[in-house]
Amino acid sequence: MTVKYLLIKNARVVDPSQDMDQVCDILAVDGHIKAVGKKLSSEGAKIVDASGLTACPGFIDMHCHLREPGFEQKETIRTGGAAAARGGFTTICCMPNTNPPIDTAATVDYIMKNASLKAPQVNVFPIGCITKNRQGRELSEMAELASAGCVGFSDDGSSVNSTRLMMLALQNTAKLGLPIIDHSEDEDLADGGHLHDGWVAARLGIRGIPSVAEESMIARNIALAEMTGARLHLTHISTRGSVELVRTARKKGLDITCDATPHHLTLTEERVMQNPLKPGVSISFDTRAKVNPPLRTPDDIDALIEGIKDGTVVAIATDHAPHTLEDKLCEFELAAFGISGFETAFGALMSLVHGGRISLSELIRCMTCNPAAILGQAKATGSLRIGSPADIVLLDLDRKWVVDSRTMLSLGKNTPWEGQTFKGMVVATFHCGELVYSDNAIGIS
Amino acid sequence: MGVNEARTGTAGQENLPQLSIGQWQHKHVLDLDDFSKDEINLVLEIADSMVDILSRDVKRVPTLRGKTIATMFYEPSTRTRASFELAAKYLSADTVSLDATKSSVAKGESLIDSLRTLQALEVDAVIIRHPCAGAPYLAAQHIEKSIINAGDGCHAHPSQGLLDMYTLKRRLGNLAGRKIVIIGDIMHSRVARSWIWCTRFFDINLVLCAPPTLIPFGFRDMLKTCGLNHVTIEYDLDKAVVDSDVVMPLRMQKERQQSGLISTIREYMQLYQLNQARLAKAKPDAFVMHPGPMNEGLEISRDVAYGSRSLIEQQVTNGVAVRMALLYLIAGGKNR
Amino acid sequence: MSEKILLNSSDIERALVRIAHEILERNKGASNIAFVGIKTRGVPLAQRLARIIKGMEQVDIPVGSLDITLYRDDVSSLSFRHVVQQTYVPFDITNRHVILVDDVFYTGRSIRAALDALIDLGRPDTIQLAVLIDRGHRELPIRADFVGKNIPTARTEEIRVFLSETDAVDKVVVEKPEGENNGSE
Repeated sequence: MTVKYLLIKNARVVDPSQDMDQVCDILAVDGHIKAVGKKLSSEGAKIVDASGLTACPGFIDMHCHLREPGFEQKETIRTGGAAAARGGFTTICCMPNTNPPIDTAATVDYIMKNASLKAPQVNVFPIGCITKNRQGRELSEMAELASAGCVGFSDDGSSVNSTRLMMLALQNTAKLGLPIIDHSEDEDLADGGHLHDGWVAARLGIRGIPSVAEESMIARNIALAEMTGARLHLTHISTRGSVELVRTARKKGLDITCDATPHHLTLTEERVMQNPLKPGVSISFDTRAKVNPPLRTPDDIDALIEGIKDGTVVAIATDHAPHTLEDKLCEFELAAFGISGFETAFGALMSLVHGGRISLSELIRCMTCNPAAILGQAKATGSLRIGSPADIVLLDLDRKWVVDSRTMLSLGKNTPWEGQTFKGMVVATFHCGELVYSDNAIGIS
Repeated sequence: MGVNEARTGTAGQENLPQLSIGQWQHKHVLDLDDFSKDEINLVLEIADSMVDILSRDVKRVPTLRGKTIATMFYEPSTRTRASFELAAKYLSADTVSLDATKSSVAKGESLIDSLRTLQALEVDAVIIRHPCAGAPYLAAQHIEKSIINAGDGCHAHPSQGLLDMYTLKRRLGNLAGRKIVIIGDIMHSRVARSWIWCTRFFDINLVLCAPPTLIPFGFRDMLKTCGLNHVTIEYDLDKAVVDSDVVMPLRMQKERQQSGLISTIREYMQLYQLNQARLAKAKPDAFVMHPGPMNEGLEISRDVAYGSRSLIEQQVTNGVAVRMALLYLIAGGKNR
Repeated sequence: MSEKILLNSSDIERALVRIAHEILERNKGASNIAFVGIKTRGVPLAQRLARIIKGMEQVDIPVGSLDITLYRDDVSSLSFRHVVQQTYVPFDITNRHVILVDDVFYTGRSIRAALDALIDLGRPDTIQLAVLIDRGHRELPIRADFVGKNIPTARTEEIRVFLSETDAVDKVVVEKPEGENNGSE
């Protein structure tokens, strides 16, 4: 096998893992970073002119749904991998609410083998079930799942309602050293709800999901994590109260982390009733904005952003949840929860950077080295340090583009940003030194 | 009801409001939140003429001859459906009904699919009742025909709001400064939600009275955000009913006890039943309304429901007239 | 648009007096007749006829008003909908001689709708038609029993009746579109 050289020239290199933000070159040899510096050259290298572009470590998504096995009409490992690469992701962690769920080593194996064949653009790390069949009754065989390759555990879509079972799960994961990536929701309070329990739900006559449904479960889980000494990652947190609970826990020195999604950082409950055709005139019941946890309030967005700025919210995860047209093209109360998020994540989040709410390095940090630290995987360092895998994304921070679900690579066309113009675009993605996605606008020689 | 009473309707013979039909911009009737004051008045004015027709021996005019109106009810309903179908028939429209609770939902046929079928059958307007909030909006987005919302989940029931306004205007004349109390299950009431919109132009003091568990958490915030300053919330019925001009209890479903929203029907009746003792605290000439169907002896005592102050039967009659007016405005005129 | 006055106030009055005489003659007196004006300007004309006859015969003749909006055959093709006004016929028309009154008699379609509307209210002995202006261009086999003035017109012209009750002035004008040769008809 011949040695492969990749040289990215004149990019603004932003790598929060090294506090780096400078215009320079990146040289990768055989899929690993060899050098980052000014005026690098290499005989026979594939040269990418990245003048005017920004280069970052490939994005890491701790939370997505690839739907395979079992729901291939919504997404497959192949289409999900392609969509992730287009979104700038080089590492994705898929949640276990498949059919069968990821609760045996065989299913882990199936996903990892399939991923290496059908989604070579990205690392796919499965997340195993906390409980067998995600039913919340008996713990899954966590040690076996860990040795098969699971990077964490979750019953995503549900909480482990039994406090005792959750305690036992955390005792096990503490020993394994892997995080539980928990969807925290008090189902007793949330069930039957379809929207944030605020003024929009009251106006539309639809049962709401109170913020407390999330916060009470997060409080319980933090208490259990403190008791067991386990690592706990709270995923897709959405309320001010949740941010405050995590902040307090982290101040106490607990190993508690959390992430927020691009949609919870940019959209509010009102998005559901905004009629894209007649803004401000009449209302709509837009199922594309139906997601769990529900879109909350402007104050919750403020809290999540404060959390990013003070290091409480360490990661941004997409909760990419592709659905078929039929799952969404129906009555609001019957529609599936979820947003197809890989391909819109960066564009949506750049609105926060352009709007001056977070800095570019804060954004990149939440999408690269921070999630890498939680996952603790050698294959995904979220860094451009010498020796790291050459997972690199090239970004055009100012390029405008219009979201068009028809052109999305994901099978899930369910995006609340349809027709919206974003400023900031992924133009190329490299995984282990190979170009795995480009929008054809970059020059490679 | 004779010709003379028709004269004393909402718009007297002598001073018709200067309304231009050109102000009517609605292809659909989905809710009253996008109705202007003029549009509401227009419906009420036309309803006056329709009441006139209902009082005749020959209750039929040829206005919608050749038009077809479909009703599609995904929820059992006898009253609203009969009211709409009669309204269509009195205007000489043909009606076709899809008994959706039995036929298509059981087969898993989607709402849009059923609507496309009706569209292909060339109906002119579709009247939909559906247990899910927003279903008529979904329908309006996906077919070309006019949609009339006959009740969607807990969201809206615009024709009920309009017929209640018509009933009020006929009996009270000027509505300014009137105090109206709606009692009961606000949380699940599409009637209450449509009411808060159609009352906003008439300087009405609308009081919603319910146990705290039956008012959605975000309701006050919604009233504030939407600028519905004429609505207030009161938990104590004995306070709320004082000096009111109209009192309207809502149906209390017995299932609310099972889901814990009320402790017992017995306690609910003690605290929230509209009976003679409570009605006595309202103004002496206060009227009683009810959107039906009633649980007699639960949210309303029988003597109040059938007493001299009750407008409940007039609501039903006026319902046909108001629905005739809506059908005239929606299905008459130029085909769009 | 050019405008020409065809009838002034006294012309209108003379025409109505003549119609009143003809009505009395045809019906052998004023007993058992009733006027029903078609909205909007048929109504004041009906009231004037009743007043004129009262002056001659000292009889109060009942006057009703008819809104024909719901009976029109062109509801679907109008570019706008009409506001439905109230029909007000506070007497039983059965077994009476009902005289429909309208301002301008043109295609006949309004009269057709009025006949339908009237018949839904009862069963008159006869229905007769009195109009102030007959401008021709009938599309239905309907004729007037009493005509104030026959005015041949082009279809492009518009006849407008103004009455003091509704328009503060009494006159009948013909409006011709600009550029039309006035002598061509």
